[in-house]
Amino acid sequence: MSAANLSISEASQALASGDLSAKELTEDVLQRASMTEGQLHSYMLIDHDGARAAAKEADLKLAAGSGGSLTGIPIALKDNMVTEGIETTCSSKILEGWIPPYDGSLSQSMKAADAVIVGKTNMDEFAMGSSTENSAFGTSRNPWDPTRVPGGSSGGSAVAVAIGSALGSYGSDTGGSIRQPASLCGIVGMKPTYGLVSRFGLIAFASSLDQIGPFSRTVEDSVALLAAAAGPDKMDATSYHGAYPNFGGSLGKGVAGLRIGVVKEFGGEGQEDGVTSRFQATVAALEGAGAAVVEVSLPAAKYAVSTYYLIAPAECSANLARFDGVRYGLRVEGETVEAMMRRTRAEGFGPEVTRRILLGTYALSAGYYDAFYGQAQRLRTLMIQDFATAYASCDVLVSPTSPTTAFKIGERTQDPLAMYLSDIYTIPSNLAGHPAISVPVGNDELGLPVGFQIMAPALAEEVMYQVADAVETLMGRSPMPKLQEVAS
Amino acid sequence: MTEWQTVVGIEIHVELATKSKMFCGCAVNFDSPPNTNVCMVCLGMPGALPVPNETALEWITQIGLALNCSITEDTQFARKNYFYADQPKNYQITQAEGPVCVDGFLDIQVEGEESHRVIIERAHMEEDTGKSTHVGSTGRIHSAEETLMDFNRAGTPLVEIVTTPSIKTGPQARAYAQKIRELVMALGVSDVKLEEGSMRFDSNISVNKPGEPLGTKVEVKNMNSFRSLERATDFEIARQIAAIEAGERIVQETRHWDEEKQTSKSMRSKEGSSDYRYFIEPDMVPMVLGAEWVAKAQAALPELPDAQQARYEALGLDQQAASVIVGLESAYSSILEGAIDAGADARLVSNWLTQDVTAWARSEERALDSTPLTGSALAELSAMVSDGKLSATAAKKTLAAVLEGEGSPEEVAVAMDLLQMSDLGAIEAVVDKLIADNPDDFERLVGGDGRVNGFFVGQAMRATGGKADPKIVNQILRDRADQ
Amino acid sequence: MAIEIDIAHVARLARLGIPEEELAGYGEQLEVILEHAAAVQGADTEGVEPTAHPLGIVNAFRVDEVRPSLDRASVLAQGPDTTDEYFRVPPALETE
Repeated sequence: MSAANLSISEASQALASGDLSAKELTEDVLQRASMTEGQLHSYMLIDHDGARAAAKEADLKLAAGSGGSLTGIPIALKDNMVTEGIETTCSSKILEGWIPPYDGSLSQSMKAADAVIVGKTNMDEFAMGSSTENSAFGTSRNPWDPTRVPGGSSGGSAVAVAIGSALGSYGSDTGGSIRQPASLCGIVGMKPTYGLVSRFGLIAFASSLDQIGPFSRTVEDSVALLAAAAGPDKMDATSYHGAYPNFGGSLGKGVAGLRIGVVKEFGGEGQEDGVTSRFQATVAALEGAGAAVVEVSLPAAKYAVSTYYLIAPAECSANLARFDGVRYGLRVEGETVEAMMRRTRAEGFGPEVTRRILLGTYALSAGYYDAFYGQAQRLRTLMIQDFATAYASCDVLVSPTSPTTAFKIGERTQDPLAMYLSDIYTIPSNLAGHPAISVPVGNDELGLPVGFQIMAPALAEEVMYQVADAVETLMGRSPMPKLQEVAS
Repeated sequence: MTEWQTVVGIEIHVELATKSKMFCGCAVNFDSPPNTNVCMVCLGMPGALPVPNETALEWITQIGLALNCSITEDTQFARKNYFYADQPKNYQITQAEGPVCVDGFLDIQVEGEESHRVIIERAHMEEDTGKSTHVGSTGRIHSAEETLMDFNRAGTPLVEIVTTPSIKTGPQARAYAQKIRELVMALGVSDVKLEEGSMRFDSNISVNKPGEPLGTKVEVKNMNSFRSLERATDFEIARQIAAIEAGERIVQETRHWDEEKQTSKSMRSKEGSSDYRYFIEPDMVPMVLGAEWVAKAQAALPELPDAQQARYEALGLDQQAASVIVGLESAYSSILEGAIDAGADARLVSNWLTQDVTAWARSEERALDSTPLTGSALAELSAMVSDGKLSATAAKKTLAAVLEGEGSPEEVAVAMDLLQMSDLGAIEAVVDKLIADNPDDFERLVGGDGRVNGFFVGQAMRATGGKADPKIVNQILRDRADQ
Repeated sequence: MAIEIDIAHVARLARLGIPEEELAGYGEQLEVILEHAAAVQGADTEGVEPTAHPLGIVNAFRVDEVRPSLDRASVLAQGPDTTDEYFRVPPALETE
């Protein structure tokens, strides 16, 4: 068996015992990538030389007995994470060829942990999208059915882990961009409490919502990846500097006595039957394992998508203003500096990014600010209050991660609003800054994975992981998708 | 005809002299080669995040307290969105609602007028832009062929102080700006050098008839000295009045002051003006500047110019000299105070400082703190004058040489042979010889003709190369005449 | 709620030189999205404070100390058009 199929904890044990070297593991992973990339396109860039050099370093550490939980583990980073000396594009033409002169905090943490960075993964341009179809460099494909999307925006990171082109990866989640592709690809994807993982070096989409989090094949691996990435950072003024949760402190404890809230407002129109049945089966299993299931209400949730599609574009309209052809990235020449900027931005940004910049610019502009952006900020407060009320009667909230399983490539590209509505269950946690995780709970009648979302209050990652771990135990780990032959 | 009412508001930008920039660790240094004090944050690179400089916030708090402002307890940064090549992120991090300082005032004094209270609307924290150099065949902006960008200044902490329209005339505008400069200098939080752009001002001007609504506001920029602020403000007031009286309409616009031509020209129409789309900066968290924060800033406040002026006047300086010293760089105050502490004559020393030393510093283009002049050196010089060792003229020569680094006053006076003749016998010999050589004139002196007294003193000074103390010469002459 | 957008004005504010033939399409898409988003106006938010930051963190400052800047050559190497010392852009001629 290829070592690329191992979980991180399995690989880590094999590395520590000497049964496996980081070099062998890395080569297996690189081989898996070379076998599958032509069809699935999970990576923007594979850093063969860098990965092999890091594996060599890791083997020295392992030989010296000074390895940690990620030493020698091949991981992948979404291409919106700044990596010194390694092209970082956000899957956008406007940044094509940009070689950053600095490392973001996550990249630094990975190097400090002696992880092997395999490469940079494909994504929706600037993390705007739910399918990777908005990448300027081609769509990633779902390993369960390559005619379907892997979800997004962190689709490449999800595919790489699902197929074994990395043992773990990191994505960013602004409205569901980790959890939704994890759900569609049958793996574990987690968004931490806002502020736990530094955003320094994460190319911003919507600053007050963006959060880095891990993809893995097991809940235990998710804990290890989060622990390696989380921590206070002086380079990020929104970083959390208080006491950090013991993320994996309650793994294996089961759910007996825990109160699990099912959100009354979720699960209506647009939710597929296959999703509903796997969700209900999981809730029943939790109840069977001793959890108390209660119904709770999040009245503001019906405004969540609208709220999100005002706040995120508003922030992005400013965050993306810096791409102007002056200091880095694409420049399309013009007679004047203004013309140069206009052309550069028009040619450099794809249609979805353009649409959101326009949307945010409008929502912030004079005369509309209070009706749109101001009102959205107040609804954010209501969302947080609703969560607080709900958590008074339960420990975690659960829902399907996405109302649907993986959809066909091209199916929703002509209807941005339909695409936006697929984030309906994931967005509330971003608005509140709360942690949430998607765990695979089996497949629908088409054989496509279904994800189960567990939401928890701020800094309550421990109980969130406790429930996720129980779900994984009760429903069984997802198998890996069958390796497809490389398409010609 | 009814009088016109003039309404002027002023915006002053002051760059803070913190060690590092507002949101990153790059040095604040204006002398560095281009693009050497830059990093991912101040260049607005993808993924970079701002983290606010605590010292800058302490300093703006002090500025606010010095301007009698309230300090906003719950304050935050905002983004001001507009595209400009020397603004790396294409938004400026500034403050919109709830700036750090609000509702203050500053009393100013225009010579010959009553004291006038300028109302401060707000003072807020923001970041500066980079600098563009327009390169073209004629060197003028509008014929530039390309623009070179240096981002060393980008992200320098900037405090913007905004008045209400509570100023009425050019001289008031000038007095206000000068007083702000003195205040900030006293706080020691900025170089406030107009020529280097670390202090800049814009004027907003309108005119109206009493009882009628305010007129259309025009913004005047590019005033690089206090004098040009005064002139440009008065020019704009006169221009608007003349225009309205000629039946023209004032348009809302920005005008550029041309100091050389003493006129202003329209830059761009503000109609349909920029929509800055302010919103709270999501990359930073709110700042809570509570009572403890304010108390700490209050305790750190140095003596402010009004108090300093009063103290100098109490020490014996005249009002004019005291005011000049308060307005000069702090080295002047410390040298003055050092000299007075060491027993110098306050008036004498303050006159040297405000006249001779400032003139010398201006012509040599030197900062006082880069010279060897100290308070004790000035005290020594003062003592030499009062002991009759130096004439007033010789004292000035000595001072110049001390400033040049040629030695202590005593050393310099000796080396330059400036000491007055202290040997009474030698001066008597000179005077006696003059009397002997000019017996007719001496007779007239004895006869009470005071006019010849000056002749003898002048001759005695000439004969001694100016080193005889004229008081002593006079004394000897009187003695001889009485004999 | 019917929403009409001056899309050319919005594109100008965002400094996007969108080709004339594409502008109207963007305008229509924005109108559809905003009509949906306008649902937020139906919510009762009387007396509700806006949330700009999800966690109640305050006062995240840095100490005023100088840290090394980036090397100029590596900074200028990022630029599409530079001299040995400066970034270079076309002249600013328009008054916007």
